[in-house]
Amino acid sequence: MSTTLTPSEVEVREPVRHEERRHERPWIVIVWNDPINLMSYVTLVFQKLFGYTREKATKLMLQVHHEGKAVVSSGTREKAEYDVSRLHAHGLWATMRQD
Amino acid sequence: MSFLTRRRIERTSDGSIALRLPEGERELLASLSQELRSLLGSAPDDPGLRRLFPPAYDDPVDQIDYRELTHDGLLAGRQRTLESLERTASAERLDDEEAHAWLTALNDLRLVLGTRLDVQEGLSLAELSPRNPRAREYGVYAYLSWLQEQLVEALAAVE
Repeated sequence: MSTTLTPSEVEVREPVRHEERRHERPWIVIVWNDPINLMSYVTLVFQKLFGYTREKATKLMLQVHHEGKAVVSSGTREKAEYDVSRLHAHGLWATMRQD
Repeated sequence: MSFLTRRRIERTSDGSIALRLPEGERELLASLSQELRSLLGSAPDDPGLRRLFPPAYDDPVDQIDYRELTHDGLLAGRQRTLESLERTASAERLDDEEAHAWLTALNDLRLVLGTRLDVQEGLSLAELSPRNPRAREYGVYAYLSWLQEQLVEALAAVE
């Protein structure tokens, strides 16, 4: 019995586990460089929205400025959507995608 | 540009934000704010406002859902911050909430004006000819940037 049961268990479980893993992959929030937002303003928005220290916020802002973009937060889809909408409310160019 | 010499916005010792703006600048800010608020009310899909409502998703279907979910709230929030700026345009002092409304309102004004002017990275106003037909708009954009920079510094200063 064990020989017939085991493969079928695996067959049933594996797609489920695979599906769960897909859903568990976090969503990331990306801020893109733009020519209008002031560097100091972007730093302040990161501090205000995410509670980052000035050092961390500055580092992220510089990454946006020099590399064109930076991942500023991540989490569930709902959290990412909430963060993106708050960044949009502050005029930053933010998008989200599953990592 | 001699008018850009004296600081207009500073954090005071009591923690509030002091506005030392000449009357003409207060009138300019209130009128720019009214103009944008009226555009948001009458033509929220105007292409000049696109930087205020950027897409969250690459996927068009997800983006439609996101817009459905957030657009009205983002629009109402922007109207509120502009109203707050207009209400306090003559104030000598701002509390933190009012100052943050000014910050967002100034940024929205710059985003709309900057989009209209197609501002690019490294814009140098020193190189702009006064005979440029859009010199006044560039001047307003530079003024708003200068003011916003001061407000950011004031807000970032330890209370």
